[in-house]
Amino acid sequence: MESFLTRYKNLLFLVLVLALQIAGLAVQIRRPSPGAPDGHSVRLIRRWAVALISPPEEALHGGGSGIRNLWANYLDLRHVRQQNQELRERVSRLQLEQASLMEDARQGQRLQQLLAFREHYIYSTVPAQVIGTSGADQSQVLYIDKGSKDGLQPDMPVITPDGIVGKLKDVFPHTAQVLEISDQSSGAGVLLETTRLRGVLKGNAFGQPQIVNLLPDERVKPGEHVVTSGGDQIFPRGLPVGVVDHVVNDAQNPPYVDVVIKPAANLGRLGEVLVITKLSDQMPPQERKDIAESAASLKDAGVQRAADILDQRLPSVDPTTQAADAASPDGIPPLVKAPLPLHADRYTPDATPPAQDLVPGGRFTPDLPASLTGTSPAAAKTAQRKTTAGGVGPAAKPARPPRVPARVAPETSGNSESATGVSVPAPASPGP
Amino acid sequence: MRRELDVQRYPWIAVLLAPLVAVFLQAYIPRFVPRFDIIDLPLLVIIYFSVGWRNPIAGTLGGALIGLMQDALTSRPLGVNGISNSIIGFLAGSLGVKIDVENPGTRLLMNFAFTLLNTVVYLFIVHRLLAIDLRTNWLHEVIKAVINAIVGVFVFDILDRVRVRE
Repeated sequence: MESFLTRYKNLLFLVLVLALQIAGLAVQIRRPSPGAPDGHSVRLIRRWAVALISPPEEALHGGGSGIRNLWANYLDLRHVRQQNQELRERVSRLQLEQASLMEDARQGQRLQQLLAFREHYIYSTVPAQVIGTSGADQSQVLYIDKGSKDGLQPDMPVITPDGIVGKLKDVFPHTAQVLEISDQSSGAGVLLETTRLRGVLKGNAFGQPQIVNLLPDERVKPGEHVVTSGGDQIFPRGLPVGVVDHVVNDAQNPPYVDVVIKPAANLGRLGEVLVITKLSDQMPPQERKDIAESAASLKDAGVQRAADILDQRLPSVDPTTQAADAASPDGIPPLVKAPLPLHADRYTPDATPPAQDLVPGGRFTPDLPASLTGTSPAAAKTAQRKTTAGGVGPAAKPARPPRVPARVAPETSGNSESATGVSVPAPASPGP
Repeated sequence: MRRELDVQRYPWIAVLLAPLVAVFLQAYIPRFVPRFDIIDLPLLVIIYFSVGWRNPIAGTLGGALIGLMQDALTSRPLGVNGISNSIIGFLAGSLGVKIDVENPGTRLLMNFAFTLLNTVVYLFIVHRLLAIDLRTNWLHEVIKAVINAIVGVFVFDILDRVRVRE
């Protein structure tokens, strides 16, 4: 027995070490769900390792920042005045743009309220510096210099102004682990902006984020923007994720395809990130203040709002007609009237004469009623004779003056080609 | 007649610091050079010391400790790298007893083989023991092994300088 132990002591030691580690693995994976937090002892080991590696990383980062700040604060101030002026102008311009867009956003919010949809605003964030990585190509993990002492908690989303980065996994007192969207064990709900396809974003073997298990769709093209869908309950809706890089067939799950994404945030060279610590259905006070200031400056500048421009371009109810209808004495709501045509033709409602007035074999010329022309029938008939049938003369003018000017066909005699390019006969001229 | 191979000796501070520095650099440098994570510095350090000590038990223990430390920095369960590095440490220690690994060519081949084997063991644990659907590109893994083999020759050369000369 002793000789057996002596002879195979190396192998027995290996088996013992492996058995212990496999037992440890078994304990760890016996969690209720894959995303559940680590056990106490595992957390403790991770904390020791991070405590051993993080201080030199933070020290190096701090030293590097000190040198960079020295350069930025004292030596590289040559173009600051000019930059300041440019930035001020840019802020003013952006304020105006923001205010005009906010009008549309408010309209959207009102509609969302009608649908009982709750918008989530980023209420508060904590800026943090990236101090290290996991160092393994199979695990896309970052370490930041903020932890639970700064109010961070697991599963909080991490972003940059360019796009999303990942979510917090393990949070220690002074550091936290960020699981990047390019890690194979990550997951985020995303939406293709143009095609409105929804999917789950995960990392692939090359450390690139990709939308997995999508059915082939020819509409998905490189360059299409991808945003968060909000369906994962972690990332708020509408944050930029990246653009479509290419589409590959999923060899393991045919006929599905994977859409590889070029991330909007530069995941390889992250310096500063923002951790979203609170989401709310209320807009943060500072943002509200900014918008109010922008709206005031917009009013002062007399700039037309985007909503007003849209209102002019889109068809709407005539306010005079609306007021007359509302004032009906019986209180019965009026029937909804069909919008008046810009280009009346034989298919226009009320334009066809009764059957008894039609001559067999005769050519029909639409005789538009006064309700469509806004003039007396006689005047309409006269005007009709003067214009070609396919053209739009005064007869086609709606009750409300159109915001888009109607095209008027030239006065012609005989067979002519209307503005629409259709050859129509002219009405017979009266004899002498 | 077979030549007796000498057991290499290293200052205890070097034995303690080298793995820590390797793990630190492995975690820190990819912040600036994203593709640096293809290199596995802690694995190369394990191979070097295991081969130099010519002791499979020391190699196994060293591999387990450094592997667990690597695991602690990733999002994976503790023990994945620990198991694979333990096996590599054991094999490197056993190999050191039998052959002389001072030659750069031998080191190149040895590092290539051990890096590839480490990947195979790692993926076996992830796929079979943990049932995690981890996608693998074997061309990438072979390139990784080649790069580690080349880098390993230089790392071994640096570590040779801290060896105690008798």
